[in-house]
Amino acid sequence: MSEPAAGVERRHLENAPVRVVSARDPLRVRLANLVSRRELLTSLIFSDIRIKYKGSALGLLWSMLSPALTLGIYFLVFSKFLMNGIPNFVVYLFSGLIVWNMFQSAVSSSTGVIVDRAGLVKKVSFPREILALSNVGASVIYFAIQLTVLGLFLAVIGHAPAWGYLWILPISFLALYLLTASISILMSAITVYLRDVRHLMEVVLQLWFWVSPVVYSYENSIAATLHNHGLANVYFLNPVTLIILTFQRIFYVATTVKSTTTGATLHILPTWPMSTYFYLNAALLGIMAVIFLTSVTIFGRLEGNFESEL
Amino acid sequence: MVNVIEVEDVSKQFKIHHERHQSLKERILHPRSGSTEVFRALSHVNFTVSDGETVGILGRNGSGKSTLLKTICGVLQPTSGEIRLRGSLAALLELGAGFQHELSGRDNVYLYGSMLGFSRRMVDAIFDDVVAFSELEQFIDTQVKFYSSGMYVRLAFAVAVNVNPDILVVDEVLAVGDERFQAKCIDRIRHFQREGRSILFVTHQADQVRAICDRAVVLDGGELIADGPVADSLRVFREHLLGDAAAPEGAHDAHDVHIDAVTSPTGSFQVRHGASMHVDVDVTSERALSGYLLMEVFTRGGLLVSRSDAQATPVSLVPGPNRFGLDLIDVPLLDGVYEVNLGLVDRPGGSVLAWREQAATLQVAYDGRASGVIELTPAVRQ
Repeated sequence: MSEPAAGVERRHLENAPVRVVSARDPLRVRLANLVSRRELLTSLIFSDIRIKYKGSALGLLWSMLSPALTLGIYFLVFSKFLMNGIPNFVVYLFSGLIVWNMFQSAVSSSTGVIVDRAGLVKKVSFPREILALSNVGASVIYFAIQLTVLGLFLAVIGHAPAWGYLWILPISFLALYLLTASISILMSAITVYLRDVRHLMEVVLQLWFWVSPVVYSYENSIAATLHNHGLANVYFLNPVTLIILTFQRIFYVATTVKSTTTGATLHILPTWPMSTYFYLNAALLGIMAVIFLTSVTIFGRLEGNFESEL
Repeated sequence: MVNVIEVEDVSKQFKIHHERHQSLKERILHPRSGSTEVFRALSHVNFTVSDGETVGILGRNGSGKSTLLKTICGVLQPTSGEIRLRGSLAALLELGAGFQHELSGRDNVYLYGSMLGFSRRMVDAIFDDVVAFSELEQFIDTQVKFYSSGMYVRLAFAVAVNVNPDILVVDEVLAVGDERFQAKCIDRIRHFQREGRSILFVTHQADQVRAICDRAVVLDGGELIADGPVADSLRVFREHLLGDAAAPEGAHDAHDVHIDAVTSPTGSFQVRHGASMHVDVDVTSERALSGYLLMEVFTRGGLLVSRSDAQATPVSLVPGPNRFGLDLIDVPLLDGVYEVNLGLVDRPGGSVLAWREQAATLQVAYDGRASGVIELTPAVRQ
């Protein structure tokens, strides 16, 4: 056995924490591992973003420019050609769309991530959830950029958000993050066993988009019909709905508006008081926290056989 | 001495799918078909590596050594049992496995560092060393997709050894790169040892184990069959190799020939450079057979000086004890201590019938002025 060379500072391994690799890590250990590898998460997020904009002259500016252009197109279309009578419809649309974009882009990019990076998964040790979470992280960054674009747009057209409601936004966003992360983590593991889930997910996400009130107003369209059939609560089982409504309430503000075409009164958003928005979002956050922990647990179960399935 | 790796009763099973249904469609269409078989890659493995130790894992292909290594690194979860690790660990299971082709060498150094579990600040501190070690100064800002495979490997190895982990796990990666870089890697590993760090090293090359390791374990069919000093483990490893080579023929049992002792008539294995020496080899055989003697000579540092098969002169064994004389004529070795291994093979280059690791320790005395291992006498002409 070689003796330590003189002058080399010996590490005190006696006091070093012991890491245990065993058949099934308890949830507490899994979460601690995730937290301890947060630097890997950030470097994966930024390397993904760097790769995405590699070779484009404008770089990350594109991620700002592209939502701005989308916003411009919607503005043109809905204020000049497709007038549905809802004033400032583009604000309504965009405040829901940023929520949806974050959810959709993270879930669809995470679904195949473990299969696509099998080489890494089979050779390097790290909590595998991080692959899905890095896609979620990239979506959060695009979300922040889009939110900035929306804020600038509101400032330009002089549309004030509901300042009093703004404090609910972080709660709602956190719920959105946990929801997105849970589904991304779960789908990334399931795809290892059932490869065609990836294609199925594309269809599911499209359907999901249309049952969420992004391009239409729930109150103004199907609310009455669903209510008559006693299905109003079913619509709200979709967790994305509440988050989208909260964002729309904050940025679009008005719950009822006068139609710009017919002059009739339109109900756009639920007329809940602020406390209802808070309680609903807080409850959703609680549920999502439980779902997140469940999905990490399920992922841990599925992870054991990745090696033989990849 | 603290144990940095403790492997306790670790087993790993794999399911082997004979007909795999990897899509939802197939699962629905064939709900019950697709037979699976359980394959035991590791069964009840126990061993420890203490701080500052270099341990080699020996085994043939498919003996479970890579599975064991992956389980230790946490790439695989054991089916049962537990592994406890102290200190930071860097694993080189496949060099450059974490590289992103689209990113530059520089970005990949940081990314790979964080995959190995080291912070950005730690990578900052060693970045220049990494670049210097990999000798890629000119290319560090080039995307790695333009790297040659050698450059790729150099960069990955440079990161892993320069992050200064407490435990370095190496899986047969030393077989890559050109000879000069290989020498550099071995050098680096020795430096690592001097610093008192621990190394776990997988290979099927016995010479590398002899050169680097303090201890070796042998895996066969997922079971740990030896754990001890390098020489003992190598003996078990060779005996197992020969046992399996003999098995298909079913003709003879591996243990029916045994080299009992290697002795010198003078009682010592001291010899002067240039002199000759005689040794006696005692072999017990349970049946009559003929074979060839094989001799290996190593330096204390593990360098193979010579492997020779005694001029391919066959020896005949009779049932019971046998004795051969072995003459070493005009020993060309220079000053030093040499380990001699002896073996009996069925034909030159054939499978081993019996093996004795460290059969003798040769002490060579030399009073000339040459240095090294053997004497060459270059003739000068003008």
